[in-house]
Amino acid sequence: MYGNAAIGEAAIRAGCQCYFGYPITPQNELTEYMATNLSRRAGCSFVQAESEVSAINMVYGASLAGVRTMTSSSSPGISLKQEGISYLAACELPAVIVNISRGGPGLGSISAAQSDYFQSTRGGGHGDYRTIVLAPSSVQELADLTHRAFDLADKYRIPVIILGDGMLGQMMEPVEFKYDAPSELPVRSDALRGAKGRPSRIVKTFTSKPTDLEELNWSLFRRYRLIEKEETTYEIYMVEDAELVVVAFGVAARIAKGAIRNARANGLKVGMFRPITLWPFPYEKISELTQTTKHLLVFEMNMGQMIEDVKLAVEGKREISFYGRPGGVIPTPSEVLRVITRLYYQKGLKIEK
Amino acid sequence: MKGYIEIDQELCKGCQICMAFCPKDSISPSDKLNANGYLPVRFNSDGDCTGCATCAVVCPDVVIEVYRE
Amino acid sequence: MKKVYRRPKSLKRAAFHYCPGCGHSIIHRLLTEVFDEMNIQDRVIGIPPPGCSVFAYHYLDVDMAESAHGRGAAVATGLKRAYPDALVFTYQGDGDLAAIGTAETIHAANRGERITSIFINNAVYGMTGGQMAPTTLSNMKTTTTPYGRDTRLEGYPVRMSEMVALVKGAVYIERTAVNSPANIRKTKKAIRKAFQAQIDDLGYSLVEILSPCPTNWKMNPLESWQWVENEMTKEFPLGLIKDITREKDSTGKRDAD
Repeated sequence: MYGNAAIGEAAIRAGCQCYFGYPITPQNELTEYMATNLSRRAGCSFVQAESEVSAINMVYGASLAGVRTMTSSSSPGISLKQEGISYLAACELPAVIVNISRGGPGLGSISAAQSDYFQSTRGGGHGDYRTIVLAPSSVQELADLTHRAFDLADKYRIPVIILGDGMLGQMMEPVEFKYDAPSELPVRSDALRGAKGRPSRIVKTFTSKPTDLEELNWSLFRRYRLIEKEETTYEIYMVEDAELVVVAFGVAARIAKGAIRNARANGLKVGMFRPITLWPFPYEKISELTQTTKHLLVFEMNMGQMIEDVKLAVEGKREISFYGRPGGVIPTPSEVLRVITRLYYQKGLKIEK
Repeated sequence: MKGYIEIDQELCKGCQICMAFCPKDSISPSDKLNANGYLPVRFNSDGDCTGCATCAVVCPDVVIEVYRE
Repeated sequence: MKKVYRRPKSLKRAAFHYCPGCGHSIIHRLLTEVFDEMNIQDRVIGIPPPGCSVFAYHYLDVDMAESAHGRGAAVATGLKRAYPDALVFTYQGDGDLAAIGTAETIHAANRGERITSIFINNAVYGMTGGQMAPTTLSNMKTTTTPYGRDTRLEGYPVRMSEMVALVKGAVYIERTAVNSPANIRKTKKAIRKAFQAQIDDLGYSLVEILSPCPTNWKMNPLESWQWVENEMTKEFPLGLIKDITREKDSTGKRDAD
């Protein structure tokens, strides 16, 4: 199944009721999948909006009504949604936003890239807010993390971003769906559906009293601390005896894994650490790694963004090298193997005979 | 007199729109500022108000209640 | 003596923050009178804009939710699509609906979204201190057209209702004003018809209401009411602009009156 289509199917099985999209390569198959499979589903609706700005605000409206809702786009379109995401975060409205990212900046390229890391993890919109950011590295994980995204969004009343890329989206791989679509579409208890039998309610953040807004920020950040404690996830691969650990996420991690297997065959003790939640970022786990490994190599398909979080985690305890290819260039495993091998020898790391 | 009106002196902002539209000139400025510093209007009970409610229809602050026989 | 005129039930008892003579609070009252008369207070959901009337939720005793500037029609679309039983209306100013929100408005209308837009045209951006709006009249002075709106530099007042009327999904559009008892009564009738079009599931409805803004027009309240009559209605003629509710009436029994 196409990665993009797997997201659509997983969303439907997670009880997604409303999808609002807009055409942009390389995520069109997702919008088309929803046009085919969600639009005629009982109680569901699909709208192709007039712009990504409108689409995210339609998501806001649907989330107000308490339903599970999603939008998807690619890098330039995600930039247009940032204001809306800030409003969702501020009003504690859950939603899933899928970014099948492509080369940037500007109109960029339509090939896969990871240059939206900052935008996703630091929040591209205004105000102090965070969004959960999940980074799949396979079509199976695209499906699993889509389901998890809806659950996390509802659990913490927070927008969740799935940071995929053009390669994952366009790739075909076998997928196994672990859930069936719910018989009844889920509706949240705090849905805004008319003041029948209860006092009217207002969903807003605008206030003339800064202390009100301050308290809102404090309450959001108490929740972010909880998410950091509960929901940080990552994958480790042969790090126990690794002299050198490659830190990579998403499709870059897949490429690195291929290189690491070959390096191991050549006696180089290399491992990999793959953050799955880019926010909350696994700072402690990477910090612990520095007790066992000698050197870290951050490998990304951008000019170096996640490396800043890795530096925050390592706090100078170990040396960190970087290898990156921006602009939608997709490095090959052998290319990464060469980088690993040269670095390994340069640093005089222990070789297994 | 066939009708009369009550004007909430504290909520009135003294825009005097009702004065302009009252067909019987039964409303005029009062002489005391209210707590918000506006000069509200008041009802001349000795006029010949018919309770037509025009004043209430135009009042931007919905401070007028109208009574009619 | 019987009380014949009182505050509508669904209008909260809060004092209005609006300037003396402002049209917003009149429109709030008309809305709540319609909610009471049509008995829809518990089905209505309002989307106020960032603007003077963002505080509408302090006055209208119905469910309401803020939207980003200009995005009211999109938020309303999402909400209505997710929960069609709700009666969704946007309450938007001229900047919100006809400047930053032009695309959202036209496309919501084009999709025939079953929502109602209450469009307050006071020819300026009120809350931000009286800047030029799309509907600012030619030669009209505002804080961003200090020498008067020059058509060669700032273009012409936008007739949004006429533009939206060209869109097939729009079934009922009327322009009224709240600057005289007669016009206020017509506004209430138009609001009622717009909600009826939504209840009858016929399509998108829009009521444009010319509203006085004494403070930013630098006039006293009465002058501003007269200015609407003498100047604004020349550029924005009042009256029914589009009503195809009869043809569209899917029920066939009743028309939308």
